[in-house]
Amino acid sequence: MSAQPHQRASTQAPASESPPARRDALTRSASLLVFVLVWHVAALAVESSTLPPPLTVFERIVAETVSLALPQHLATTLSRVIISFGAAMLIGTAIGIAMGHWRRLDLFLDGWLVLGLNIPALVTIILCYVWFGLNDAAAIIAVAINKIPTVVVTVREGARAVDPRLMQVASAYRLSRWRTFTRVYLPQLQPYLMAAARSGLSLIWKIVLVVELLGRSNGIGFQLNVFFQFFDITGILAYTLVFAAIVLLVEALVLRPLERRVTRWRG
Amino acid sequence: MLEIDIARKSYPDRGGQPHLALEALRMRVRPGEFACVVGPSGCGKSTLLNLVGGLDADFQGRIALDGQPPAGGVGFMFQEPRLMPWLTVLDNVRLVLGDDPGGPERARQLLAAMELGDVLDAFPGRLSGGMQRRVALARAFVIEPRLLLMDEPFVSLDAPTADRLRTMLVEIWRERQTTVLFVTHDLREALALGDRVFFLSGAPARVVLELPVRLDRPRSPANPAVQALQQAVLERHPELLAGLANAADDAIEET
Repeated sequence: MSAQPHQRASTQAPASESPPARRDALTRSASLLVFVLVWHVAALAVESSTLPPPLTVFERIVAETVSLALPQHLATTLSRVIISFGAAMLIGTAIGIAMGHWRRLDLFLDGWLVLGLNIPALVTIILCYVWFGLNDAAAIIAVAINKIPTVVVTVREGARAVDPRLMQVASAYRLSRWRTFTRVYLPQLQPYLMAAARSGLSLIWKIVLVVELLGRSNGIGFQLNVFFQFFDITGILAYTLVFAAIVLLVEALVLRPLERRVTRWRG
Repeated sequence: MLEIDIARKSYPDRGGQPHLALEALRMRVRPGEFACVVGPSGCGKSTLLNLVGGLDADFQGRIALDGQPPAGGVGFMFQEPRLMPWLTVLDNVRLVLGDDPGGPERARQLLAAMELGDVLDAFPGRLSGGMQRRVALARAFVIEPRLLLMDEPFVSLDAPTADRLRTMLVEIWRERQTTVLFVTHDLREALALGDRVFFLSGAPARVVLELPVRLDRPRSPANPAVQALQQAVLERHPELLAGLANAADDAIEET
């Protein structure tokens, strides 16, 4: 706290009591403001329906919210994101742990993993719709399949890095399997799980939109396609902004506090 | 009574060839007795503890505590403290407790007795090496073990810290009358702590000498009686203890 006394002295009295976090928040808001300003100026200069000014887009957001169209599509998309994210994390973690532990299984599945990592998302989506029909299950399976391989690769690294000496403590004291897993094993995987969750969320919500665009009749992706067909750029920007804001909020209100909590001991 | 009868224990070495670590090794430790095991580096002392502690079940022979394989109630202190860095001091000690209702209170009392009452909520990473070992010692005793296994637990500590920990260990041990199997390569430490000292040969290790120690407690490794006993042992068994004599000389030079 006393690391930067000279900087604090240069600000006014109330600010000198505030932690550096407030200054960081100020910088973040300034960056957002500049972004909106640049957008506004560019829209005025271009003067075209393909780049509506920010105010028009905000008005559209309000209108779509009042008509309940946006909240409904948003809820549909978010539930798809949550379910496929949860499924991908759970299945990917299980496979990653198993592959990190058993060399033979690792060798056996490694080829599949490379294939899974390199198949374009579009191909899995099309195949899932063809094989399982144009339904929600197919959509979620397609998204999960796209994400699982990257979770597996990350968690496998973590499983390989588990400290056998700490595992020996667990077995010397005859800890139950559950306690060993939750108190000794999982905390060692935690940084890897966190990395997988972070990259997972940003990948999944993009893929969910594609899945919706290709084969669903609701959700943000479906709406974007409708707007595209009518060349309604304001609509596209309105939905995109809201969705991006939600993702940022999840990052700031869920992931970051969670990470701070579980890494408290690193101090 | 702790009975150890190991016919053979081998494990694959780095080249994949079987390495015979222990052969025809026999020990008897009475209940409540503090037994020390000394032997040259790499002779298989840690392997022996892992077998007794049930960390390794792949051997020929029999290990029994009161007539049965030691299933639970065994405390283990390793060369490193091996605390969980993500658990607080108190949670590290509570980690090894079962459903025992008196456990949490016992954990606090033990930690307080080891002068760790002020750091219950600290994470191990902030503690000194000596403090971390005290936490590990509390963890070993909190389960009220029938048998305590210690694998050179005070190695790599400075001499005063190690002395203090030895004193603490002996105090708790006398209160609780736990059977202790303490492995070390330092003969003077063994003579200072043990009621009985087992000397192991180089690999494949077996017991080459069993020495009861009847000096009065408390005794520190710097105690003249302990030093005299060490000299006497080294003079009486020079060829058996060739590997140890060097280690002991090093220890003298350090102090």
